[in-house]
Amino acid sequence: MKRITIDPITRLEGHGKIEIFLNDAGGVDNVYFQIPELRGFETFCEGRPVEELPQIVTKICGVCPGCHHMASGKAVDAVFGVQPTPTARKLRELFYAAHYVHSHIAHFYALAAPDFVVGPTADPAKRNVIGVIEAVGAAVGTEVLKHRRYAQEIQKLLGGHQTHVVMNLPGGVSRGLNEEERKGIEEKAKSCLEFAKFSIKIFNDVVLANKTYVDIILNGPYSLNLYSMGLVDENNLVNFYDGKVRVVDQEGKEHCKYAPNEYRDWIEERVEPWSYLKFPYLKQIGWKGFVEGPDSGVYQATPLGRLNASDGMATPLAQEEYERMYATLGGSPVHATLAMHWARLVELLYAAEHLLALSQDEEICGDDLRTPLTNTPREGVGIVEAQRGTLTHHYWTDSNGIVEKANIIVGTTNNHAAICMSLKKAAQALIKEGTPPDQGVLNMVEMAFRAYDPCFSCATHSLPGHMPLEVNFHAPDGDIVRSVRR
Amino acid sequence: MNDSTKNVATPPPVPKKKLQMAVYWGAACGGCCVSVLDVHEALFLVLEHADLVFWPIALDTKYKDVEAMPDKSIDLTLFNGAIRNSENEHIAKLLRQKSKVLVAYGSCAHMGGIPGLANFSTKEKLFQRVYKDTESTVNPDNIRPQTSYTVPEGELTLPVFYNDVKPLDKVVDVDYYIPGCPPQTERLVDVFKLIVTGATLPPAGSVVGVFDKGQCDCCKRTKSDNKKIKKFYRPWQIQDDGETCLLEQGIICMGPATRGGCGARCIDANMPCRGCYGPPPDVADPGAKMMSAIGTMIDSDDPMEIQEIVKGVVDPGGTFYRFSLPSALLRRTVQ
Amino acid sequence: MSYEPKLVAFLCNWCSYTGADLAGTSRTKYSESVRIVRVMCSGRIDPTFVLKAFREGADGVLISGCHPGDCHYHEGNYKALRRYHLLTPYLVQMGIEPERIRLEWVSASEGNRFAQIVDEMTATLRTMGPSKVQATMANYA
Repeated sequence: MKRITIDPITRLEGHGKIEIFLNDAGGVDNVYFQIPELRGFETFCEGRPVEELPQIVTKICGVCPGCHHMASGKAVDAVFGVQPTPTARKLRELFYAAHYVHSHIAHFYALAAPDFVVGPTADPAKRNVIGVIEAVGAAVGTEVLKHRRYAQEIQKLLGGHQTHVVMNLPGGVSRGLNEEERKGIEEKAKSCLEFAKFSIKIFNDVVLANKTYVDIILNGPYSLNLYSMGLVDENNLVNFYDGKVRVVDQEGKEHCKYAPNEYRDWIEERVEPWSYLKFPYLKQIGWKGFVEGPDSGVYQATPLGRLNASDGMATPLAQEEYERMYATLGGSPVHATLAMHWARLVELLYAAEHLLALSQDEEICGDDLRTPLTNTPREGVGIVEAQRGTLTHHYWTDSNGIVEKANIIVGTTNNHAAICMSLKKAAQALIKEGTPPDQGVLNMVEMAFRAYDPCFSCATHSLPGHMPLEVNFHAPDGDIVRSVRR
Repeated sequence: MNDSTKNVATPPPVPKKKLQMAVYWGAACGGCCVSVLDVHEALFLVLEHADLVFWPIALDTKYKDVEAMPDKSIDLTLFNGAIRNSENEHIAKLLRQKSKVLVAYGSCAHMGGIPGLANFSTKEKLFQRVYKDTESTVNPDNIRPQTSYTVPEGELTLPVFYNDVKPLDKVVDVDYYIPGCPPQTERLVDVFKLIVTGATLPPAGSVVGVFDKGQCDCCKRTKSDNKKIKKFYRPWQIQDDGETCLLEQGIICMGPATRGGCGARCIDANMPCRGCYGPPPDVADPGAKMMSAIGTMIDSDDPMEIQEIVKGVVDPGGTFYRFSLPSALLRRTVQ
Repeated sequence: MSYEPKLVAFLCNWCSYTGADLAGTSRTKYSESVRIVRVMCSGRIDPTFVLKAFREGADGVLISGCHPGDCHYHEGNYKALRRYHLLTPYLVQMGIEPERIRLEWVSASEGNRFAQIVDEMTATLRTMGPSKVQATMANYA
């Protein structure tokens, strides 16, 4: 059996490798997506004071540390049986909206745009952010970096540490805003909103106006009929910070809508001997293997998953774009994997609108930042939407608030099975029997993976943007008979 | 306010040959890579002076491409992340071979970092928790990830997970350390400018990208000369007054035993320092100095009262060695 | 080779070390397990010294200074007392039994008391067995 090994995966946070096994005719028999790393946060959080966890768990990921900080902060609130003050909650959401703005901008321009703006099978030397800039104009590159900086500056102001934010305390936050700071944020938010609208315009002009791309999105080998998961508010509108987790089936019918402390009634995780990362699946449906359909518990938790699991967006411009997306793609839910890129832009618009609205909120400069704690700490669950999936933190403490146990299900982890399946489907459709795959084909396999934005989202970089791929064809006796590299 | 364009206000002249630079991660979170990208618009200026030749988070260079590079052909490698498994160690050794200058970048490579907290436990306990005992995991057959596993199509491999987390200098010689979780971007730019302008670098083995003063000297809070602590408070047990030194209010802050360089960024959000920038120079153990300092501050001479006060330090190991456990004299729990 | 406990004792110059000297000049018989390090004051003892002692193979560590109120430098022994109470829970957290570290006040005239303390600690260490600190830290797994 011949095999193609992709090691390491690049353009994501973390380590990964893909093994593609070919049959004798050169078609794809199976694909394994392996995660070779493990650090064990669930163990070394034990023994730590629970209020330290929001700062410790940001180190799970340096690209979405704000997500872990928020999920953890909410879990710690729950451990103490409190809710944050209204101002504290708004400050957290303000931070979180900025966090989404920076992350989604970077992912779209650095990772997604090259495949569409330059072209999925184009010359790899051009298929990167420089190629994007050449296509849409040099000013855009500077605008991307500038708005990423704006978002980071808002994060630093609110969170102290711009990457590994420290603002959450049980019952609230450690730092408030004065009027001058608020105005600064408001100005940046306005600019970010304009930039979000502009990004959607680029997507329209370059992707949606191009019939080939629309065809790839709708009819390429990039669709999986999976359950969709996302956090929604009481009106079933997308909410990144709070609400209940809603899962819908392939037809859009609600499978469940659970509060944070009910997650174990609906989610289980399994272990495979060939990956250090676990595979979550829907408990009530059960694990049926790496298969699609309503009888399989595999689900996606992505921007598309969130939009599918919701009835709409909570801000007007985002709602308009949400409706337009579903009208174009044939109604909800959408199963075309590449539509994740569009969903991400809808979310960018929502995040920017929300950022601006919060920066103008009359309570945002309030000085009541922490709810008093009166209960004995015990146990709590906090759930938020990370940019790349639903994030769950669950802590148990002793009566002194020292952590006894922790359970964490991370955003991308939700999608481990789905990514395996997307890769396999794309590889099987694109790698044709009798024809060794060329550069363009290999990149199109990668596009299946890239859409999930697996935990890293910034490469605003003027360097060759193609993933490393080396294809070794082994004869039955194991010798390499041919090597293709790009 | 972070205006990184100010840092390269007078750009150095563009050299004939660019600095060949690599950035790689062991057991890492990506935050150090983000810190490199946080030069923001100055990125284009940086790229006039450097060619990035290997950077998995952003570039397509493969391990095989690095193996094919001539030895010492990479001028500067920033290695972030701790050494947790055999792949981390293997690539650390490969990069040592291929690099002229190897920098331990960030707390994990410098001292072990947050992943180093796993040294309070063991591989067995960790695997048991992650793969069996976590409440949402269903694993009746006790499946564990294997370093080699045969599927119908062939063999799949994974790296060996070590029992002990190590900082980078336990597996290769390190030329410089840039501390921080992650390093403050302005400090990286300071070091980068030193290198591209051809300035004389400090002796090998030095910690660079840091201030010559301690964290307390960088902190804007008001401090008295006579710190006395009658009771330790966890941050949620009192309302910090926003002005006075946190330690004087009874909140443990690692400032006295931490090197300056981050700009006291956590204090800006009214949260205590946790020591990610590492200890002052010439210290044999990163946490013992802090214990010594805190011990001195306890405001009592009575053994019973002292023991009561000390109960307020609820997690000494995890507090004094939050980022540095693998580099401590007691680098892991006794086995 | 059977196990003979190694006890490292940090003794202050003015009181405890002189007390140990007295035990010697009085020909008091006591255990040979102790290795003495003289410091000017128990307040000089940095927690690093204790950690280093365990790393280098000590099975137990004794810290000794002047009785409260008698410190030659007024307050040094109180600092030692506070540091000791902060250090011990840390050692326990790292898996070192608290009986392996002990703080005692020994005056210059208390030769017999010094001998008794050493004998007691040695007996305890003999029962507990060797410290695993050195072996654990030397082997990377």
